[in-house]
Amino acid sequence: MNGYNFAYLDEQTKRMIRRGLLKAVAIPGYQVPFGGREMPMPYGWGTGGMQLTASILGQDDVLKVIDQGADDTTNAVSIRAFFERVAGVDTTTATTEADVIQTRHRIPETPLAAGQILVFQVPIPEPLRFIEPSEEETRVMHALEEYGVMHVKLYEDIARHGHIATTYAYPVKVDGRYVADPSPIPKFDNPKLHMSDALMLFGAGREKRLYAIPPHTRVESLDFEDHPFEVQEWGESCALCGARDSFLDEVITDDQGGRMFVCSDTDYCQRRQEEVA
Amino acid sequence: MKRPQLERPGLLEARDVTRLYGPGKGCEGIDFRLHEGEVLGIVGESGSGKSTLLRTLSGMETPDAGRVIYHSSVDRGHDGAAQDGELDLYAIGEARRRALLRMEWGLVHQNPRDGLRLGVSAGANIGERLMALGERHYGQLRAAGQDWMGRVELDPGRIDDAPQHFSGGMQQRLQIARTLVTRPRLVFMDEPTGGLDVSVQARLLDMLRTLVRELGLSVVLVTHDLAVARLLADRLMVMRRGRVVEAGLTDQILDDPQHAYTQLLVSSVLTP
Amino acid sequence: MTAMNQPFLSVESLDKTFVIHGQGGMRLEVMHDLSLTLAPGECLVLAGRSGIGKSTLLKMLHGSYRVSGGRLRLHFEDGELELADLPAQAWPALRREVVGYVSQFLRVVPRVPTVEVVMEPLLARGVDPAEARPRAEALLARLNLPERLWSLPPGTFSGGEQQRVNIARGFIAEHPLLLLDEPTASLDAANRDVVVELIREAKARGTAMLGIFHDEDVRERVADRLLPLDRHMLARASAPLTDAPEMP
Repeated sequence: MNGYNFAYLDEQTKRMIRRGLLKAVAIPGYQVPFGGREMPMPYGWGTGGMQLTASILGQDDVLKVIDQGADDTTNAVSIRAFFERVAGVDTTTATTEADVIQTRHRIPETPLAAGQILVFQVPIPEPLRFIEPSEEETRVMHALEEYGVMHVKLYEDIARHGHIATTYAYPVKVDGRYVADPSPIPKFDNPKLHMSDALMLFGAGREKRLYAIPPHTRVESLDFEDHPFEVQEWGESCALCGARDSFLDEVITDDQGGRMFVCSDTDYCQRRQEEVA
Repeated sequence: MKRPQLERPGLLEARDVTRLYGPGKGCEGIDFRLHEGEVLGIVGESGSGKSTLLRTLSGMETPDAGRVIYHSSVDRGHDGAAQDGELDLYAIGEARRRALLRMEWGLVHQNPRDGLRLGVSAGANIGERLMALGERHYGQLRAAGQDWMGRVELDPGRIDDAPQHFSGGMQQRLQIARTLVTRPRLVFMDEPTGGLDVSVQARLLDMLRTLVRELGLSVVLVTHDLAVARLLADRLMVMRRGRVVEAGLTDQILDDPQHAYTQLLVSSVLTP
Repeated sequence: MTAMNQPFLSVESLDKTFVIHGQGGMRLEVMHDLSLTLAPGECLVLAGRSGIGKSTLLKMLHGSYRVSGGRLRLHFEDGELELADLPAQAWPALRREVVGYVSQFLRVVPRVPTVEVVMEPLLARGVDPAEARPRAEALLARLNLPERLWSLPPGTFSGGEQQRVNIARGFIAEHPLLLLDEPTASLDAANRDVVVELIREAKARGTAMLGIFHDEDVRERVADRLLPLDRHMLARASAPLTDAPEMP
């Protein structure tokens, strides 16, 4: 296999990461440190997610990689090509056909099924970091459930903007215990974390932390009683497939102010167009 | 006339507490009992060990020897049952110690910058302890913020301003509001009027006296300023080289000091 | 003997000695073997040369000075209370409920309005400010303090004005035992009359009072008895007096 171990990482490393993943699944939302390895790409390009994917990938698995919902962006294409080359696995763009989906900043619109695993690329795994720079202190805060500061941030949002202005990386409480960062997905995707049929794994390469949301786990987005959590609405439908229920990207079409809204999930959009056709 | 009720239940006790960084550095063999509704002043010069004692009493620094006992009104054990409890501060574990600090105690730092989040609004600073206790209604948090800004004589119209734009005196008042909003039973204050202009100090002293009376607070107050101690404290402990040299009613310590060091300290104060 | 004649306060063989460590441990015996009793509704005036430290006794009764020897007792319906060894934490409550003090000098938090200074003893007992304020204002009005001064802090007032604030603060809470340390020293005749009236009203309420009055006229108008102190007070550390106290 062109000089690499299966899926690039050596077996000892993969075993170590799997042990970390087992712990993460056992304690939903808890951040498990792991001995991250150097990957052949810079931090910030998904090295955390890739190490998780490399550790769970089997020879018969089918892999899908998306970046902001799209299968054809640079990051997605590179990572997909990487695993094709170092693991020889089949890849797909179809959400329903994938066993493992590595993602940057989105959850597919098509509901995930039991047996599927979603691997998130995470830049900053610590939701308390914005207020507390000390890792030692944030660990104690998690251990003691001292989460009052998370609402300080939401309070500030409402005080400044009249509503909770956090639109992505919107903090969640997992299984009523740990507050976690769902990675920079839009808050539109937060409800998909709740009681999902699929396993969700989160990997942060630079910070060397991984965590998990096992299937059928309660995931609540933090909010106030009088300012409940809400997802974005566009009042538009996808210009390509007509979907009204998906996350839309605004695309500028000319310099006359022309614009249109299209699905950010390219596979979902494609399939809907095919159904209509 | 019947005998008035003079005995009040004990709230906090130090039993032979020692915390030394080196010979004569820190505090040594400290014994006292703070009662409900009482303001106890700890006075002494810098290096006398009063700040170390405060840190040890307030759960921030484990003593080398001795015990700090807190009489919790409602001690919620793991079974959730309420009971009167005598808590050994350094035997109960960090989780319960920090919960105590969050729920029943308050801490006012000398430098308000140590006790405030300077980058977030005044309202969020006041609301934080309420949020930590589970308050999840924005409107009520905001109402509490405005109410407390009024109580500490800050303009409620500045509730959305960040305290980094406040003066030192305003920051100190905000810190006090932030600490007292959850109505703690016991408050530790470390030189609360230190570093403030004299005119600002007077206003703060009056405010603290009023709040202590209205909320029935028990306070451990560390100060080097005997005038501040006179106006705020019911009782004083005089510290020197880590030890308590004299303790008693504030007026008695200041008007009829017994110990040589206290006499020196009291006679060294400049009176205008 | 009627209930009114039962003493509320009794003092037996009281001694006070200061030890001045800065002067090589010099012992300064200032009071020796003082005894007295004081009944409710009675005003006992301390008499003696000026400058012999008459207020020492008041300060011992108020807890500011420690007792070197002897007994200081308050007699309540349900028992007596020994003040000589009363623990420090009991004094604030005792002062709030029982022992009031009108000192010569006003010691308050700067910048607090006069009317609030006067209200404070009531507020300390938990009286509603809405009830305390009119009572404070009524007292200030009786003492002829101009209304425009009520909302100002007393720090910049004249000696006489400050003294009237102090008197109002001392009388407002109607303590059963009131210690008066020259309350009329800087007052004019009209205001001295008001203080005399206040003292007489307090007597009628059953207040036991122990006072120092420089002014002979006031002293004669309020004193039920005089307590000569000259034999018990030693302004200097001279030979201690050994003769027995003479009860008035």
